Amino acid sequence: MTDQTLSSPSDFAASTPPSIFRGGKQAADATFRWALFACGALVLVVLGAILIQLFFGGLPILVAEGLDFFTSSDWNPVTERYGAVVMLYGTLVTAVIAVVIGVPVSFGIAFFLTEVAPIPVRRPIGTAIQLLAAVPSIIFGMWGFFVVAPLMAEWVEPAIAAVLGPIPLIGILFSGPPLGTGILTAGLILALMIVPFMSAMFVEIIESVPGVLKEAAYGVGSTTAEVFRHVSVPYGRTALVGGIMLGLGRALGETMAVTFVIGNANRIKASLFAPGASIASTIANEFPEAGPGSLKLNALLELGFTLFVISFLVLALARWLVKSRLD
Amino acid sequence: MTIVTSSYRYCHVTVMALDESAPRRRPACEVVGALPNRNGGDGAQPQWGTTMLDAYAQMRRTTLALAALGFIASTGAALAVDFTGAGASFPAPVYTAWGADYKAKAGSALNYQSIGSGGGQKQILARTVDFGASDAPMETKQLTDGKLLQFPTVIGSVVMIVNLEGVKPNELKLDGATLADIYLGKIAKWNDPAIVKLNPDVKLPDLAIQPVYRSDGSGTTYVYTSYLSEISADWKAKAGASTSVSWPAGNGAKGNDGVAGAVKNAKGAIGYVEYVYAASNGLTTTKLANKAGKFVEPTVASFQAAAANADWKNAKDFAASMIDTAGDATWPIVSATFILLPKDPKDTAASLEVMKFFDWAYKDGGAVAEKLHYIPLPTAVQDEVRKAWKAEIKDASGAPVLK
Repeated sequence: MTDQTLSSPSDFAASTPPSIFRGGKQAADATFRWALFACGALVLVVLGAILIQLFFGGLPILVAEGLDFFTSSDWNPVTERYGAVVMLYGTLVTAVIAVVIGVPVSFGIAFFLTEVAPIPVRRPIGTAIQLLAAVPSIIFGMWGFFVVAPLMAEWVEPAIAAVLGPIPLIGILFSGPPLGTGILTAGLILALMIVPFMSAMFVEIIESVPGVLKEAAYGVGSTTAEVFRHVSVPYGRTALVGGIMLGLGRALGETMAVTFVIGNANRIKASLFAPGASIASTIANEFPEAGPGSLKLNALLELGFTLFVISFLVLALARWLVKSRLD
Repeated sequence: MTIVTSSYRYCHVTVMALDESAPRRRPACEVVGALPNRNGGDGAQPQWGTTMLDAYAQMRRTTLALAALGFIASTGAALAVDFTGAGASFPAPVYTAWGADYKAKAGSALNYQSIGSGGGQKQILARTVDFGASDAPMETKQLTDGKLLQFPTVIGSVVMIVNLEGVKPNELKLDGATLADIYLGKIAKWNDPAIVKLNPDVKLPDLAIQPVYRSDGSGTTYVYTSYLSEISADWKAKAGASTSVSWPAGNGAKGNDGVAGAVKNAKGAIGYVEYVYAASNGLTTTKLANKAGKFVEPTVASFQAAAANADWKNAKDFAASMIDTAGDATWPIVSATFILLPKDPKDTAASLEVMKFFDWAYKDGGAVAEKLHYIPLPTAVQDEVRKAWKAEIKDASGAPVLK
């Protein structure tokens, strides 16, 4: 009876499309391989397309300004003169401040978690750091703007100015009115954002140090600090530098948080309290209002291309450092 | 979003295609009936597998077709034409409110993307939306090249906000020259003689002035810097007027809320925001001197006075300046926001709907606009815009779209 409701086998063959269930192993394998190949190629195609798009989008500004684009600090949408020095300076200085603050803190966290912390404490702290890494950057930006900036203006910056201000040469870096938002605040927020990444990497690296080496050092009477300084760090040195470079790369491209707290001024001042601009923050600020076909849009695309190149160089350096360790 | 809209528009096509394919498939119940065959033993494994796949596909198709039919039934007031717009963020609240009211009345839904004036110009030049919106008027040449008609919708204004202890809203008096000098960094303290002279009755502290500006390119900045350029030759030479300029002094913050926040954060700060924003957040605004030399408070009446005194007759592309206009009660920093509509619409139905929408908004949307602190357009200007629609928006055959 049930057979009656079924159509004849030939009817089936005619009505169903070819299926991988019946196609045999060879075909399935080939399909799978091609799918994987397509996935791999997609990365290259997208990367190449972005690079080409940014390069040709930015080309008109290079034609108009020449290399002045990279040496002029004049960014003026009214006169349509565009120079990237302010943004390059802001990008590099905030990233460097972030690394200078972030690296010692990350080292401390990593060392604490691997060598010092009691076992029951390690997991909660490790989880908390991972959670910190998951906080969206806009949240860091809003927190920086509404909480950190007023604190910086009211307490931190006047205190730094009072202590470091009178010292010749260094004092210039910490002069001027404490505005709250500026290069220093941006660097501080960036440091907080890269610490979770760097400390997670540092933990991995330090844990990979063979126990035998550390035991031996303890055996000859080293203190914990000495083991860390003379065994763990030298063993993973190049990988640690690679981790720092990855943190630097992230700090260079960070956009929303920096836009909130950097003060967004197209000026270079010696003081770190002064407002500035980074490449990413300038693009975020100006892009929505950059008219179609305008020189400003070209300048922004060229800025994007420049940031791409800088990040690429930093990452290439990081890879090279990590690789030389593995060889 | 355009993709969504076009699929709404053409969804009947999808349903037709489904109907066509349906009879060739076995109904789902027969397939279910076939299942026990597997236990019978002579049905081959692959056949069973494909039958299941077939059944699944059939079910999916049926569900899709039902969903599509249901969708048609729900929106099927036959003549509803959804239309899309993108651009300026300043008028976005009023466009959205109008859109909701208009949908309730006419059935057609507006999908407005608040992406900034520059983005609105880009999208309408690429014709990816039915209309663009821009705070700063476009240049005549750009409009001609892009075959666009530009017309104003509502009027807004820019007001100054300050953070000074003991200073009440609208107590402080400022004028354009002083503002220009503050933003040039020439006046650096609140007890500067220039400010004291304007405010003999206010106790001004020996406190650094921290000017705050919009870091993102914005129509608000365009209007404010236009005003400073109009008043101060020095400002015009050093900074000029644009959606973003090279600020000689101060700090930049993102958006109206960013400026308000930065002013609130720092004692002695001054900033400029849209009136809409200041009014709904209770910020400490100031009086400003107008062209007649009178100090006026930022109120709807003073903005309306500016709109009434503007020279709409001689304005090209409706871009009448309402910056520093004459009249005793006039607020000096007022500006209209604009719509950009293609003169050669590809989708004439949507273009017609855009015009019907704004016609309705001019007629019946005034109260909603005022509730949101925008100023409706003077009726004489509205009539001029209606005339321009009939004269300039034409379909492929050259006949006017709006009859």
